[in-house]
Amino acid sequence: MWEALQFGFMQNALLAGVLASISCGIIGSLIVVNRMVFISGGIAHAAFGGIGLAIFLGFSPSLGAALFALGVSLIMGVVSLKSKHRADTIIGVLWAVGMAVGIILIDLTPGYHADLMSYLFGSILAVTELDLWLMSILDGIIFLVILTLYKEFIAMSYDEEFAFVVGVPVTPLYFALLCLTALSIVIIIRIVGLILVIALLTIPPYIAEKYTGSLRKMMIFSAVLGTFFTLTGLAISYYYDLTSGATIIMVAGVTFLCIEGLDVIKRN
Amino acid sequence: MNHVPAIEVKNLWFYFEKAPVLEGVTFTLEQGDFLGILGPNGGGKTTLLKLLLGMLKPAKGSIRILGQNPHDAHHRVAYVPQNTDFNLSFPISVMEVALMGRLSRARMGRGYSGEDRASVQEALKKAGMWAYKDRPVGSLSGGQRQRVFIARALATEPEILFLDEPTASVDPEFETDLYEFLKELNRYVTIVTITHDVGVISRYVKSVACVNRRLIFHGEGKITKEMLDMAYQCPVDLIAHGIPHRVLPEHEEK
Repeated sequence: MWEALQFGFMQNALLAGVLASISCGIIGSLIVVNRMVFISGGIAHAAFGGIGLAIFLGFSPSLGAALFALGVSLIMGVVSLKSKHRADTIIGVLWAVGMAVGIILIDLTPGYHADLMSYLFGSILAVTELDLWLMSILDGIIFLVILTLYKEFIAMSYDEEFAFVVGVPVTPLYFALLCLTALSIVIIIRIVGLILVIALLTIPPYIAEKYTGSLRKMMIFSAVLGTFFTLTGLAISYYYDLTSGATIIMVAGVTFLCIEGLDVIKRN
Repeated sequence: MNHVPAIEVKNLWFYFEKAPVLEGVTFTLEQGDFLGILGPNGGGKTTLLKLLLGMLKPAKGSIRILGQNPHDAHHRVAYVPQNTDFNLSFPISVMEVALMGRLSRARMGRGYSGEDRASVQEALKKAGMWAYKDRPVGSLSGGQRQRVFIARALATEPEILFLDEPTASVDPEFETDLYEFLKELNRYVTIVTITHDVGVISRYVKSVACVNRRLIFHGEGKITKEMLDMAYQCPVDLIAHGIPHRVLPEHEEK
């Protein structure tokens, strides 16, 4: 195992795991407490449309995913505010159509045989130094925004009505959170792929929420848990030659089930 | 006393979908008043409160809060919601919830100041919840949580305090405490409270309004025959000669 750490790609992978876990911890906690899990899933899958578009037009798939994710997150934000009763349906439609657009655009790209699996399930071992820089910058943006507007985000998340009445700009904050979610998703797609994004965004915060008394601690604990899941998953996948993204999620999933199981036993 | 009325509502209309919820509501409440709002369930009490707080926009008519648009007056009002048992698993302490009351004064992009914390400390002490300041809000009883929400409203140091059935989920003992407390507070704060309890109205409030699509306002805290006719569908504890006793039977909602 330890000799693997000498490889540059392995060091990049470990660093990527930590960087992604930081954004997962911060944004994932806000997603969980604001019940935005479904919308995040929609953004992640619809982002595939951007990957297809980027491949079709010949620019960076990560940039394509970022632009598409941002666009879709804003549309979903408007939908969830304007047509509350059918928001989930419309988000589901965007989710599916976004993916379909991506696949058709890749089909239409002549001579292209991309490794689709790497977008669907991640390719943490293929993370480049440039990716690491981009991740660090995005983490920095997320950290600064949340740090600056922490008390406003808590108020919006806990009691949106009251926050609005006391003059917190709830709607702009909601859209800011959606944009940050879109950016985090683009980071995490590199690690576990868009299909598994949701697990890494929600499992660490869900567990962290049980053992913490404040949103701040929940975010920190989630980031630590996320790092643990990614690194453990990475090690197991290396050792047994498994798909890294799926292994990371399995580690998170098994931990989740164990903790839920313990809770059930404790209650009875 | 300032001559700007606390609340000035003129010909206010509001619809839910296409059904009118409020029809031509007009009233003026002076500063320093203590208004009790009663009326049947679904009669539009909470809607009226939300309009006064700027959470909803009127279809027609005007609302002035201390001479300002409702949303511009946000730093001068506070409210206590009817329902406090939401988001119970949210990781937030009593102190953090109460601090939210300072949001209208605290600068955006900064943390809470020492002054904010001092004001919240005082508010929590008044509400008897200072000892619980580090407890998660979700672990409190309904009555305790209600006190925290009242402390949060007090921490805003409002000129008008709105309450939506503040005693709906608390024990009768706290109910009396609360109204005694509000009576004291009313010496320098205008209070507007929704209540089902006419006993409360007769003992504590100075003005009464009955809302059932239309609104009848009585500036002397008396419940009129007209109001009773309007509010007849809702169970009320009626008062006679200062002693509360139930006169009206409880009706099934139509």
